[in-house]
Amino acid sequence: MQATHRLDAVFAALADPTRRAIIARLATGQASVMELAEPFAMSQPAISKHLKVLERAGLISRGREAQRRPRRLEAKRLEEADKWLERYRNLWEAHYQRLDTLLEQLKTQEKERKSR
Amino acid sequence: MKRALTITKRGDRDLVMTREFDAPRKLVYDAHTKPDLVRQWLLGPPGWTMPVCDMDVRVGGTYRWVWRKETGGSEMGMGGVYREVKAPERLVSTERFDEAWYPGESLNTLVLIEQGGRTTLTQTMRYESPAAREAVIKSGMEKGVEASYDRLAELLAASAASQR
Repeated sequence: MQATHRLDAVFAALADPTRRAIIARLATGQASVMELAEPFAMSQPAISKHLKVLERAGLISRGREAQRRPRRLEAKRLEEADKWLERYRNLWEAHYQRLDTLLEQLKTQEKERKSR
Repeated sequence: MKRALTITKRGDRDLVMTREFDAPRKLVYDAHTKPDLVRQWLLGPPGWTMPVCDMDVRVGGTYRWVWRKETGGSEMGMGGVYREVKAPERLVSTERFDEAWYPGESLNTLVLIEQGGRTTLTQTMRYESPAAREAVIKSGMEKGVEASYDRLAELLAASAASQR
């Protein structure tokens, strides 16, 4: 899949609260479909649909155990989606560190004005 | 001291930024509403300057910001209208880039809460639709910003050193 399309799939997959909850659950370790369905008031087929979306986006994969086929998280995909936020954060961190410096100057000026 | 900046997605069309400052909120508010202060810190990526910083901070008033790259001279401009002005705690404005790559504009809400002389800043960007927010996020990943991590790291190191 092309990088752009893959990111589309990742963001579409993450746009749903149930799927985000599944991701959060899998972040603590792999789990079977039944275990994943437990916290939700949802049938196993409904959960399976969500799992398919996550799988297509490459966010999760299936284990080999024949019976349980546990799902597990593919952390690399999530990291890609996070990169933009990371870059945006870096830009604003730079802004706000400059703002810190400015605020220190302003505080000093205020103190001087008051002591006069 | 380096303070943590958090940026998170909230709901299906908001991005939320929070950061703490070691200053009373009146000063933080001033730094967001007085042009001569704004242009001292809101400089964009390293290597850019802010030649235009016009702000008419009152309900219905407009603002206009332009950044220019020192080498090559490419420009990036944006602006909007102030919707709510409540010194020193709340500022709501619209934001639209000249060359918008996402539909519509965003509605930005700045909230400042002071406790014990320190201020917690929360900046919420609400996009027109979930698709618009995803477009913002994706465009950033595909086009990238011109600043590389290396240059940013240099700037951060320099700014950390100047605070010592």
